[in-house]
Formats: sequence, structure tokens, C-alpha cells
Amino acid sequence: MNAPTYNFAYLDEQTKRMIRRAILKAIAIPGYQVPFASREMPMPYGWGTGGVQVTAAMLGPSDVLKVIDQGSDDTTNAISIRKFFAKTAGVATTTHTEDATVIQTRHRIPEAPLHAGQVLVYQVPIPEPLRFLEPRETETRRMHALSEYGLMHVKLYEDIARFGHIATAYAYPVKVNARYVMDPSPTPKFDNPKMDNSPALQLFGAGREKRIYAIPPYTTVVSLDFQDHPFERYRFDAPCALCGAEDAYLDEIVTDDKGSRMFVCSDTDYCEGRQAAGHRGKESAAPWEKAHG
Amino acid sequence: MYVAIKGGERAIENAHRLLAHERRGDCDVPELSLAQISEQLGLAVDRVMSEGSLYDRELAALAIKQARGDLIEAIFLVRAFRATLPRFGVTEPVDTGQMQVRRRISSTFKDVPGGQILGPTFDYTHRLLDPQLAEGHAPEPPATSEAVVCAMPRVTDILGKDGLIEPSPQASADSAVGDLTREPLSFPADRDLRLQNLARADEGFLLAMGYSTQRGYGRNHPFAGEIRFGEVEVEFLAEEVGFAVPLGEIALTECQMVNQFGGSATEAPCFTRGYGLAFGQSERKAMSMALVDRALRARELGEEVGAPAQDEEFVMSHSDNVQATGFVEHLKLPHYVDFQSELGLLRKLRREFAEAQRKASMREAAE
Amino acid sequence: MTTIDELPPGFADKVLSAQSTFRSVMDAMARPGSVREVTAAVGTPSAMMRGTAAIALTLFDHDTPVWLDQALRERQDIGKWLKFHTGAPIVADASICSFALVGDAHGLGSLEDFSLGSSEYPDRSTTLILQVASLTEGREFRLRGPGIDGAAILRATVEPRDLFDRLAINVALFPRGIDVVLVADDRIVAIPRTTRSVVQGG
Repeated sequence: MNAPTYNFAYLDEQTKRMIRRAILKAIAIPGYQVPFASREMPMPYGWGTGGVQVTAAMLGPSDVLKVIDQGSDDTTNAISIRKFFAKTAGVATTTHTEDATVIQTRHRIPEAPLHAGQVLVYQVPIPEPLRFLEPRETETRRMHALSEYGLMHVKLYEDIARFGHIATAYAYPVKVNARYVMDPSPTPKFDNPKMDNSPALQLFGAGREKRIYAIPPYTTVVSLDFQDHPFERYRFDAPCALCGAEDAYLDEIVTDDKGSRMFVCSDTDYCEGRQAAGHRGKESAAPWEKAHG
Repeated sequence: MYVAIKGGERAIENAHRLLAHERRGDCDVPELSLAQISEQLGLAVDRVMSEGSLYDRELAALAIKQARGDLIEAIFLVRAFRATLPRFGVTEPVDTGQMQVRRRISSTFKDVPGGQILGPTFDYTHRLLDPQLAEGHAPEPPATSEAVVCAMPRVTDILGKDGLIEPSPQASADSAVGDLTREPLSFPADRDLRLQNLARADEGFLLAMGYSTQRGYGRNHPFAGEIRFGEVEVEFLAEEVGFAVPLGEIALTECQMVNQFGGSATEAPCFTRGYGLAFGQSERKAMSMALVDRALRARELGEEVGAPAQDEEFVMSHSDNVQATGFVEHLKLPHYVDFQSELGLLRKLRREFAEAQRKASMREAAE
Repeated sequence: MTTIDELPPGFADKVLSAQSTFRSVMDAMARPGSVREVTAAVGTPSAMMRGTAAIALTLFDHDTPVWLDQALRERQDIGKWLKFHTGAPIVADASICSFALVGDAHGLGSLEDFSLGSSEYPDRSTTLILQVASLTEGREFRLRGPGIDGAAILRATVEPRDLFDRLAINVALFPRGIDVVLVADDRIVAIPRTTRSVVQGG
């Protein structure tokens, strides 16, 4: 039998070269979706294969990798992807945002500000922001070529007419460097402002849809809106029940079947860091109790 | 007091252990060997090789065993392995005209040179469950006769000699064959890429698409010109040696559909073609593929494009079951944060709605 | 005639050298004007600088047509070295190349001779790799654009002297355009198509 053997970071060198070329063009044309010959990965399409390929093409032995899903290092898919790289590339991993050189994420941008030299790799399901308005790639590609984004504004405006608000709560479209309308992946719109003028490099990988795109550091990223309906962030208006943070995005936790809810930071590293620094919310465990966790 | 959920890593490990246990089932029942799968579930192996896009019976059997018989999961395992293999080059085109035929039928002519060969087929079996088979039962040895050595020309070639069918569209010999696993796909896609996509496509998807053309969604009046199944030789032109070296034999099923004719003031009317090819004995796949290939040639043949099966962007973007199952099943992954954002918005809209209702009813009461 | 045995070697460690070189190029592209170093050990044929050789081994293969300027084309060992180590086809037509290597910019023609991509696929464009005298000394260029926090100062001795004027096509044609990597020995600086410059001094 052809017993399988695998290269450093799983991908073969030819595949890495192809992905690396795509990443460079993506950085050179901020917000533009570069087609690439995405490979079948040993995890399913839709589960981060795009992000995994971008990370694999970039990762080196001196990198420190953090993987989050929903803001948390301990969700099963984040664990699975982190283990994959620890195994295939032998890289050091961390849960601390500050210490990571490469952060692969699904659906969140960490709360702690990123710094220069860090790379944030987003897993993207549907990279085309116009896809829900126009299913055909041939059409949407033409619209991007001509900067023809009227349809997107019409959609947002129809929301306002119907609901009184722009009814997009996540994957909220942005314009990058005043040219390309871009899908930020299904992050809550709370995170959109963090993309603007970030010191970190942001790379987006969509494996099934075979696209890579990028936001270079210090690049203007504007959430689409209207003068009379400006973009607004949303977070549940409460402090985190564990660390008391009032500026972090919260997960809603159903605590019984009588309507009780609790709100805690979705960014677990941020929350734990705050608790370690002595911050407390109304539900936080005393330090001696935490040891069981 | 609330403590955030931890221990995902152990949960994953335990889930994998449990899965391995379930896969094996009752240990008092003898374990399946790869040879048993390959020999006795041969058509499943054929399908996994076709859609997995890798001709290796043993690996396909392993994948089926590992996937507990879930063929899409098995196809995925084979694909993920295939993606890591080094590429040495491209073989010479196989010549199905030289196939060692095990089965060959034409529905267009009563008899053709080489004859109709029914071969191993479910056709004309009465679908009655067989209790004998449940017991384990040695079948009769197959009937044999003297091998008749005679040429078995393809039916489409016979039609082609009289100009009754369009010549098979040929690419120029020195233009490279596209490969959608190496190049990102863009539309419109040429036929080489379309055929590659269809060859890897989910059998069920192609079956439904092909069926839809028969029911009028892009009808093209097909006849099964010929279906043949058997072994062909694969050759590789090694530059250092300077000639084609035989690599071995593979089993293939080929379907040539003969379809509704085209023609114009300047071109004599003739039949058109739809082509299907699959590893092993995969007739349903090859036939469906041929129907969809013909439907996707609508643009090239100047037909109106309207039905789903004629829409190459629709067909090619949705035909791959590894992609489709990944994305459908990814809905199992956590979506807490985007759901939370949506929930916040919905609550706000509902609050505003209730407020507007309340004001309206107060106005009504006041009037 | 140079035989294969006489050709300088490629990377000492194919996998990790390519990785570290890519990161240098990626960082350079993400932070235009900043000077990055290529640290991988690599053999270099005659007129090719270390940075150029490392980039070639990292990014070139069968799928990337490469164009050489006259200075590099004249040195037979360069074409042979590229073919042997990367398999990249060397093409005479600049308008179809993925990468263009320029050893001596004096004879460099119009940048519009290169592939600038299409409006639908602006990524299908040439990356120009230009060997220059220095990336630490010389004229001062003030650069702005994505990847740059305010303005970046680049000191460089660059031929052609009017390179940044010529790169004005990137303003006119965006998103079509050409991306440039400047190489001086083992130092590199990237000027992607979004970077704009104001020349300081003479």
C-alpha cells in the first residue's frame, strides 16, 4: 500500500508556492479576492480549510500560533486546528493574543489590540460580499471590476425601509482602501472597526470557494453605511459576568429554562487575562474555586 | 458561580475512541478485510475511486472501511490523500476503442460489429431479495465460450464515418489539458474542465441533473449510442526514454450519448455528442455524466441556456460532494457570536415594533 | 557550456529556506518601503543577487513564466540555473510573464510591456524583481499607501532613476498594475501597486 507521508505543515512545496503567490497579490490589491487552486485538506470544506492553507503556507519553526473559534481557544474546532499544526509543523502554540505571531480565527477578532508583526488569518465561508445579491461569479466579478456597488447600497437601504435599520449583524460589508467592497467573514459587526488601520496584517482564506484576500497593515477599512443611518457597533449592554469587562463582545449563556441568561466574554483569553489581573464580574469564581476548571 | 466549559481536547479524543469502537461494531463478528470490501463491495470501491479521483482499489477499500461505509466520507479520505501526492506528469490519452470489453451495449442499433455483450449487470434481474445470499452461497461458475477475437469499433465512430454525428470536438494536440485541482476555476469553463468536474461529481447530483434534462429542463433527446465497460491500458510518455511506457490496466465505463441533431444553412444536420467516463463499473454515473455534458454544451452548440443542467456555473459549483457536505455540515460548528449579533438585532427590531404597536393602539384609543 | 554539475546550488534547506524567504517578501509587501533581509543560504549564478535567487527559488515553478532582461538573458548560466532549480519557463514575451527579473535597468523599456492584469483579474499581472545598487544609501523617497503608517522613508540608489514616475501607471490603471520588489544583495524592499511616492531632495 502507498503509506502516506506528509511534508512540513502538511502542504507540498508546489502548493505552498501557489498559495504564497496568491497571498502576495492579495496584499498588493487590498480587498480583492485572488482565485487560488485550493487543495483538498484533511478537514472538511467549510471548517477552516482556507485559513488552514494560508496558515500552512506561511508558518515557520519560529512562529507561535494561536487558533480561536468564536473568540475562544477551547472550542472543539479551534483545538482540532491547533493540534493539526502542532503535529504537522511542530510549531509552538499559545492562547495569549499578545504572544502569538500568527492567529487563525473563525468569527472573531481578538479584543486585545494586535501589534505590528502579527498576522491574523480569517477562515472565510463565502468570500463574495455580493453573493447574496447576485449568485453568479461572472456577474459579481464584473461588478467588482467596475466598482459597481449600487446593488449593495440598495440592499442596505431596503433593510432600512423595512426594519428601520440595516439588518446585517455579522459579515457586515466593508470598503477597503476606498476601492473594493469586502466580506469580513462572519464576524459580528462589533469587530468591524478593529480592521481599520490595524498594525497587523490581515489575511482571509476561503478554501471551498478558492479565494484569498488581504488587508495590509494601516489600511483604511470603512463599514458601509448612510449619512442618516451611520454604522453602529452592537454588543449586549452588560458587563461580563466573569471579568466585568464593559467593552468586550459577549456570549449569551442560557442558565435555566425560565428565561435566565448570563453574559460572558467571547474572547476567553481576554477574559482570563482580566480575571488574572484581579477584575471580577458578579458571577466570577473565587480564585481557589477556579483551580478546578 | 459559573465556570467556562473546558476540556474540549479530551472530548475530541474520547469522541475519536468511541467512533473507532462503533466502527468495529460487535467484536464477535469477524472483521472485514480490505480484500472482502474490494471483491464483494466492488461497485462501492468503483464509486469511491471515481469521485475520489484516484485509481487505487486497496486505498478505496480502506477508506470505505474507515468511513464505516459512508461513501462520501470515504471519497473525502481518498481526496485528502490524493492532494498530497507528487505529480510526475500526464499519461497518454487512453484508447477506449482498444478496450478489453466485458460489457458493451448499444441502444441505437440491433447489432454492431463485435456484437452486444450483456456482461455482469443488474439489468433484467428481478429485484427480489435473495434469502440464499443471506445464508452465504457459492454462485455457479460463469458461463464461458471461446474468445472471439474481433474488433469492437465504437458506435459513434461508425456513425461518424457517414458524417451522421459531429466529429468529437478535439483540442489541439499541444494545448495543455486543464486541471481544476491545480488551477482556480473561472467561467466560462472549457469542456476539458467541465468533463473533469463531472467525472469527480457526486453520482446522485449528476443523476438528478441528467434526469431533469429528460423531463424537459433542457431536453436534448438522448440515445445511449454505446455503453462499454472493460480494461484499457494506461501509458506514460517518459521523456528520458522517448516512447510511451505501459503503466498497467484500469477498468473504465464509457458512455457515448447520441443526441438531438444540430445544423444550419451552412452545416448539414448531424447528431451531437454527450460523453461520460468513470473508473470501474459505474454505469449510472457515466450515463448521467453524458447527459449533463451534453446539456452543458448548449452554449457551444448555440442553444438557448435556461435549464439548471445547462448552467455551467450552477452545475460545476454544486457538483462536488466533498465541498457540498463540508459546507452543509459546517452548520454544526459553533456560530455563537454571529448568532448573538443577529439575536441582538432581532430583539431591538421587536422592541421597536412593539413600541410602534403600542403607540398606534394608544392613538386609536384616543380617537 | 555550463553543465548541471557546475551550476550553483539552490537552497540548502528547500522547505525552511523557502518559508523564511517568503515571510521576508510577505512582510516587505505588507510594509512597503521597509527593508527586509533574506537570510537563507543560496547559490547564485553570475549576475544574480542573493535576494533575487532566493525569491526565484521560493516563488517560481512550472506555472510561472519568467522574463529576463538583456543583462540576465546574456548570461547563459542564469537561464539554466532557473530552469534546473525551479522549472519555470523562460519567455521572451514580457506581456505574459508572472515574474520579470531585471539585472540592469538601464535598458528597461516601458512598464506597460509587462502584464498588468485585467479589471476582472488584476492579480494576473507581472511582479517585477529589480536589482538595484543600494537600499540603504542614496536618494530619499517618501512613500505612502496601504501598509504604511503615515509615511515611510526609503533611502535607495535605484535605476531607472525615474522608476517612481514610471510607476504612475499604477495610479492611472488601478486595480490593474505592476508590483515591484527591489533587491540589493540580500536586502529587499517591495513597492506594491498601491504605494505612492514623493521624491525628497535630488
